[in-house]
Amino acid sequence: MRDLPFRIIVGAFGCVLALLVLAIGVELTRQSWLSIQKFGFHFWTTDTWDPVAGQFGALPFIWGTLYSSLLALAIAAPVALGIAIFVSELCPAWLQTPLVFLTELLAAIPSIVYGLWGIFVLVPAIRALEIWMPEPLRAIPLLSGPPLGVGMLAAGVILAVMIVPFTSAVAREVLQTVPAAQREGAYALGATRFEAIRAALFYARTGIIGSIMLGFGRALGETMAVTMVIGNNPQVSASLFAPQYTMAAVVANEFTEASDELYLHALVEIGLVLFVITLVVNAGSRLLIWGLGRSGRTRPSRVADVEASAA
Amino acid sequence: MNRDRLRRLISSAFVGACALAVLLALVPLAMVLFFVVRQGIGSLNLAFFTSMPRPVGEAGGGMANAIVGTLMLTGIASLMAVPVGVMSGIYMSEYAGTWLAIALRFAADTLNGVPSIVIGVFAYGIAVLPFKQFSALAGGFALGIMMIPIIARTTEELLLLVPNALREGALALGATRARAVFTVIVPAALPGIITGIVLALARIAGETAPLLFTSFNNRFFSRALTQPISSLTVQIYTYAISPYDDWHRQAWAGALVLVGFVLTCSLLARIATARIRRLRG
Repeated sequence: MRDLPFRIIVGAFGCVLALLVLAIGVELTRQSWLSIQKFGFHFWTTDTWDPVAGQFGALPFIWGTLYSSLLALAIAAPVALGIAIFVSELCPAWLQTPLVFLTELLAAIPSIVYGLWGIFVLVPAIRALEIWMPEPLRAIPLLSGPPLGVGMLAAGVILAVMIVPFTSAVAREVLQTVPAAQREGAYALGATRFEAIRAALFYARTGIIGSIMLGFGRALGETMAVTMVIGNNPQVSASLFAPQYTMAAVVANEFTEASDELYLHALVEIGLVLFVITLVVNAGSRLLIWGLGRSGRTRPSRVADVEASAA
Repeated sequence: MNRDRLRRLISSAFVGACALAVLLALVPLAMVLFFVVRQGIGSLNLAFFTSMPRPVGEAGGGMANAIVGTLMLTGIASLMAVPVGVMSGIYMSEYAGTWLAIALRFAADTLNGVPSIVIGVFAYGIAVLPFKQFSALAGGFALGIMMIPIIARTTEELLLLVPNALREGALALGATRARAVFTVIVPAALPGIITGIVLALARIAGETAPLLFTSFNNRFFSRALTQPISSLTVQIYTYAISPYDDWHRQAWAGALVLVGFVLTCSLLARIATARIRRLRG
């Protein structure tokens, strides 16, 4: 085979790419070994984070990461699906390209710029909301705490803005894999627009769930914007207004300050777990999306087109 | 009858809700762009690009060192990521369907989803810790890792768009696979590949988290690869969380420069891709 050398050389470059993923896992495990050995699983169930005393418990960070990401998902998922449906099914064809471009811009803006906007625009607005809020509402645990502005709500809102473009882009692609026959069939049975789209959504359900999971994976690892608005206080609180902390934020903030080896290893362990969690979430969402794509890609179709051809 | 009206009502409400979702997403986009331009334009002048940061309390100054730093970091990242990314993309498209190609695609998607802060920690362990020194090289290494999967995937997609007849023609004339790829197929897809690289550059130029503890920051003008180096994003971060008004103004100006750069890149890439797709049909 005279093409073998070519294949080996190109393949070798490819292997660098594949090995990088493996190397990240190995290196992070190596650099966090002290902490893994000393605290074991206890690391994830204690909520004391006291570097001076050498006590490291990562529960508040796990809590903060999950809370902020789920909050972001609750805000972003309906909006992102709405956009995907509007762009791919409902809007006039000439509006499609500009709308896709605008949502892509949302993804192109760097995290640090969202953070800057968060600090100087969003946080003061949330602080004003907290001050304005009537007293009786403060008794509810979800809304308790002093009006600081920084906190879980600010982080959730910023994250939601940042993951909308990812989820909507994938959901749009997923909707395009739904065969035209699905929509035509629904209309032939006398369905309304909503019912036809519901049928298409149901057909593509695994991909839709995959697109939402992909947004979740993004939210878990988002660092700068969250670090700048969440308040960076390691506590487990149910309140939307309480300053909290996330895994990514604590690594970003304290990494260069880690004075002793155990402290550094504890921080790397947080990074390692973040790596594993995002890996699982992303792999899961990819499998869901890919499974759908393979089952038969047909020509793109839209509810609007089906309606036009029927008219 | 009544039920039909209800169904139609639900349908209209649903369509309205979808349109509302689009507006809802455009509000933050407009607000971010509006504030970046309004707050940034005032502090943006020639000095911002040509002078060094001033000490606290002294008004004025600029981010000349940070701008050069960002250019150097993205340069190092490209040197590392373009060969690896493009070659991986070639493998994925030329040997599509083989187990290695599938594994590579999965690895690229996985790497793309790894949080940037984790990449920073990894680069710290590989390129900072052994040398006990923050450096521009370490920062470029971290950014390069983020660039590789983006370039690999766009290269793959664009090579797959090249008509198979070109490939078959080259092979039928007796060209080796390597010759067919590098003299026929890659040149045919080159504009698209370059577009992909520009998009990847735009994305990593805005990254902060992987640089915090790899290239760190530097108050001075540095061109040494083995020394800490300033970057636009880390500088914006430092200024944004500081208590000084003048530094806040500088941060907004930096954000405006960054957003301007990123948006220009995406716009150019967008136009280029639209043209390529039209040509390819």
